[in-house]
Amino acid sequence: MEALNVKDLQVAYDRKAVLDQVELSIPQGSLTAIVGPNGAGKSTLIKAILGMLKRSSGHISILGKPYNPKNRNVGYVPQRGSVDWDFPTNALDVILMGRYGHIGWFKRPSKGDIALAKEALHKLGMADYADRQIRQLSGGQQQRIFLARALVQDAEVYFMDEPFVGVDAKTEKAIIDLLRELKHKGKTVIVVHHDLQTVLEYFDHTLLLNRTVIANGPTEQVFTKDLLQKTYGGTLAFFSPTGDKRVMS
Amino acid sequence: MTYEGWILLTACLVGISCGMVGCFLIVRRMTMLADAISHSVLLGIVLAFLVANSLNGIYMLIGATIIGLVTTFAIQSLHNSGVQEDASIGIVFTTFFAIGVILISLFARDVHLDVEHALMGEIAFIPWNTYTVFGIEIPKATGMLLCITLFATLVISMFYKELKLTSFDAALAVTLGLPVALIHYLLMGLVSITAVGSFDAVGAVLVVSMLVVPGACAYLMTDRLSVMLLYSCLFGAASAVFGYYGALLLDASISGSMSAAGGILFLLTWFFSPRYGLLRRFRTMKTS
Repeated sequence: MEALNVKDLQVAYDRKAVLDQVELSIPQGSLTAIVGPNGAGKSTLIKAILGMLKRSSGHISILGKPYNPKNRNVGYVPQRGSVDWDFPTNALDVILMGRYGHIGWFKRPSKGDIALAKEALHKLGMADYADRQIRQLSGGQQQRIFLARALVQDAEVYFMDEPFVGVDAKTEKAIIDLLRELKHKGKTVIVVHHDLQTVLEYFDHTLLLNRTVIANGPTEQVFTKDLLQKTYGGTLAFFSPTGDKRVMS
Repeated sequence: MTYEGWILLTACLVGISCGMVGCFLIVRRMTMLADAISHSVLLGIVLAFLVANSLNGIYMLIGATIIGLVTTFAIQSLHNSGVQEDASIGIVFTTFFAIGVILISLFARDVHLDVEHALMGEIAFIPWNTYTVFGIEIPKATGMLLCITLFATLVISMFYKELKLTSFDAALAVTLGLPVALIHYLLMGLVSITAVGSFDAVGAVLVVSMLVVPGACAYLMTDRLSVMLLYSCLFGAASAVFGYYGALLLDASISGSMSAAGGILFLLTWFFSPRYGLLRRFRTMKTS
């Protein structure tokens, strides 16, 4: 089955199309990378799919049904810079926010919700930081908090916006382990990714994007020199999986 | 209750209701919107008076809430159409406020509604304008503030986690299916009614300080939003009480003294807060 299907998506800022004629489908249970140059509209694509940005047109289906947040089958990890880290809250509290959809109106988090949040903290190696104000965490730790929060959302399809940016090696490892575990459980994970060196290693499905879909398919078919050049245009410093650096122009 | 007792109670209720609602403006970084709404509310009050031909609190609440929401909406629309946000705020509220001032000078000259009163409030008159509820004679403004404070407490405790999440991470709230815009307007509605309720007591200019300063003090005291709300109510009430006695001592404007007391409390918190005070930060810098 398809985890995500997008038909005829268009997004415009000030009447200028940022994304145009986007058609794509992502198979269920895949680890998908969205790859493209700066300004290609990668974050915009995720935000438009999830309804945080207004779409000029487009149909979105998640797991075969029109997307509706109330189905609670979608989890989201925003870019780290998108929230106010000075907010008066601590790590455990932020993770609990992932449960708010399940808890429903007028109710407080239950003991079960708190236990789930603690379990997620533990899983990401953050058990000792539950009471920490979030500004006092390192970049990698903040990212792990976001992932723990997505985990407790207990979704089927996860969207993550650049989770590997600015994190230490230990966090990168923790994140990729978690993504693989989610895949193993049959979940679908769609990640905006900027590090071309790790695409082949981490992801089995790849979407090349530059204002529209350039290519979409299994990574080994899509992640080719020609298609990458088409995506990035002009010059591209391309790191092959074996590590030799070539400049394509 | 004595004359002084009513004034103190009224002032504390202003501090508590504004302090509570103001917390959310602080954590959403929207304090300029408080400035805008508190000024626009004047237009709502005048319009309510012109339509209903009465200074009854209920009409004022309705009028001011509508205008408060229109203000928020107008600012948002201007901003969306490409005007900078701070400029949108400045354009909308000054215009609305100015229309309010013109309307007062045109139509409402002979009633208990004048520009100076609207700007500065006059808490000293409040105990003389009363009604009787359950056999107790209470000042109208105090009764209205009591209802508003209870209402704000109820709304905030009912929607606490939604208010918190939409303040911290609106994007996540959208994916969880929360009506983010509705919650935003709910909060702005609360700001509007709190501003009207406090209007009589402190006026359009100084209600801003009551909406912003207690929350700003509380922000320096804790890492928990719930605790911040409590602190903010305390700081609000404290600046009201200290301000009142300060005014007696100096024989000065009560609303002015209350705001000044808020400012002094902020300075003290900024220096001495055990959590984020300057002294504390200085000491941790030295030891690390």
